[in-house]
Amino acid sequence: MRLVILDDYDLASEWAAKYIRNRIVQFKPTADRYFTLGLPTGSTPLGCYRKLIEYHKNGDLSFKYVKTFNMDEYVGLPRDHPESYHSYMWNNFFKHIDIEPQNTHILDGNASDLQAECAAFEQQITAAGGIELFVGGIGPDGHIAFNEPGSSLVSRTRVKTLAKDTIVANARFFGNDLSKVPTMTLTVGVGTVMDAREVMILITGAHKAFALYKAIEEGVNHMWTVSAFQQHPRTIFVCDEDATLELRVKTVKYFKGTISTKILSSNFFSTLIIIKNMLLEHQISIFE
Amino acid sequence: MSVFKCRGGISGEMPSNKSVSDAPITQFVSCRILKDHRLQWEDLWVREGKILNPEKLFFDEEGFADHKVDCGNKIIAPGFIDVQINGGYGIDFSQASGDIRRGVAQVAKKILEHGVTSFCPTLVTSPPDIYHKVIPELRVQDGGPEGAGILGIHLEGPFISEQKRGAHPPKFLRTFKAGGVADLMETYGHLDNVALVTLAPELANSAAAIRELSGRGIVVSLGHSMADLSQAEEAVQNGAIFITHLFNAMLPFHHRDPGIVGLLTSDRIPPGRMVYYGMIADGIHTHPAALRIAHRAHPAGLVLVTDAVTAMGLPPGQHSLGQQQIDIQGLHAYVAGTTTLSGSIATMDMCVRHFREVSGCTVEAALEAASLHPAQLLGVSNRKGTLEFGTDADFIVLDDTLTVRETYIAGQQVWRK
Repeated sequence: MRLVILDDYDLASEWAAKYIRNRIVQFKPTADRYFTLGLPTGSTPLGCYRKLIEYHKNGDLSFKYVKTFNMDEYVGLPRDHPESYHSYMWNNFFKHIDIEPQNTHILDGNASDLQAECAAFEQQITAAGGIELFVGGIGPDGHIAFNEPGSSLVSRTRVKTLAKDTIVANARFFGNDLSKVPTMTLTVGVGTVMDAREVMILITGAHKAFALYKAIEEGVNHMWTVSAFQQHPRTIFVCDEDATLELRVKTVKYFKGTISTKILSSNFFSTLIIIKNMLLEHQISIFE
Repeated sequence: MSVFKCRGGISGEMPSNKSVSDAPITQFVSCRILKDHRLQWEDLWVREGKILNPEKLFFDEEGFADHKVDCGNKIIAPGFIDVQINGGYGIDFSQASGDIRRGVAQVAKKILEHGVTSFCPTLVTSPPDIYHKVIPELRVQDGGPEGAGILGIHLEGPFISEQKRGAHPPKFLRTFKAGGVADLMETYGHLDNVALVTLAPELANSAAAIRELSGRGIVVSLGHSMADLSQAEEAVQNGAIFITHLFNAMLPFHHRDPGIVGLLTSDRIPPGRMVYYGMIADGIHTHPAALRIAHRAHPAGLVLVTDAVTAMGLPPGQHSLGQQQIDIQGLHAYVAGTTTLSGSIATMDMCVRHFREVSGCTVEAALEAASLHPAQLLGVSNRKGTLEFGTDADFIVLDDTLTVRETYIAGQQVWRK
């Protein structure tokens, strides 16, 4: 895995957005060969979406030949509810860019047959040629999408009941009224995301630090489902300083590339000089 | 403002976006629209004369715009609604001479330039034969390239106070005899096409008339009246919800009997109801300080009206209004030979700008006082006076000085500067 550490949220968002932009541009998508992008929701990727919109408005990035697949959607929430993930994607991303509506895919939490909806979603991903780059976030409990602690690490798109932690975390979007927060979601599975050719996880803020620690410094564990990506050939974790607060200094330094061999060599040389000066002094005193 | 066709060309065949309707979709971009009481950087989408929900279009129909219109960062607001306008450009709605419909149509076309997309042609106190002749002629109708739409007639009189008649001719004033309803029908003849009636509630037997009119969905407005606050409150209990040009033609506010003005802060308004009040913000009919007091006391009820007279849009001189002569001097219009004001010659957009300037209110509040509030007053805010999805696409494009640059009715451009 690659751990990219930026100083703050804005820089991390910018780095991630540039990476996505460069991947799409270098892929040179066409009508016969779309770039398939997996997308997250929540507060973490907002800065990244803003930057992507900026690049689009500058003329540097077009989404005309990009297909998107969102990770999840609440069950039973009307599609035009301001907190639905359809509303989120429309307001924060789709309405500002040139993506074609039929190229966007978000699970329908109001489908009459939820299982069939999940199976169909998996088929749509396959039909699109698989996901080129799946962008995701991490919950404070280490979940990827809504794969709550205890989810199978080879799971596919399915209905999930939300953990209490997640419901509490989401309450702020529903007027802090726990009874209004949806309790079930449709979500891609850990296995679904693992199938992507590349995975990029965005993690910012001190409240995610422990989850990041569990995800990359401990073992693969279904209680911290993001840890599954330790076994993916091409994963990038993009984070800010605050998110690294629970990591070992050694890990952070390694990925920042700040382990210096100069310190050792300068110590060696300064030791030599001191010895040489001592010898010179001694010689002088001997000669005197 | 540039219009360009989006999509289609480069990649060849475009999939059809017609799942609900074949009608073309226009997207207005680079604009700030008045929505949820705020100016927001949002695009405005229009299809088949209504404001379209782009999110629904995107997810349900997988549709996209056929035309994009660049608004050059200007403001888009709902079209203005004038509920009190007596005529203009030489036309007097209360003069039944000639082709009354053509006269109203002429004014309806000209007021598009002021950003007015809907209005209530107003008839001042007149003899019954005038009402019998004119009321059936002025039908409720949609606006379009021919002019602003008519939401209904405003009958200002003749059941008003003699002492507070203002410019209304005394010989045609009336009182209610026995039952208010019979008087109404005898005087007016028909009540179809009528949207508002101004009357003085202190007249005996007015209660029955107020109830009858409110029951028919006609807005009852208190004005040209000597009523004290308790008489006004009783009228509101019976269904009155508007005050005609606040401060003018009524008792002045007094701290021991606030009169009709006291309705702005009355605690005897039935729950769920609100009293609206018209203000002529031409800088002449109301002192800016009085305008500010009213606005601060009850901002949600303020409805800007022009009360424009025949001479609006004409050069200075003598002209006729109802059955009387009036005299234009600069921005003032007097009853000829007196210093009694006889309606105003300010246009609606001038009133909006003046209101904003002297009250220091927000741009949004000034625009809503001329669009949302009159629509709420008339009970048509589910299709007029807002830019909500599904409402009629009657809107105006303004620059930051609140000068109207373009007017649209049902999504079609009907005037541009």
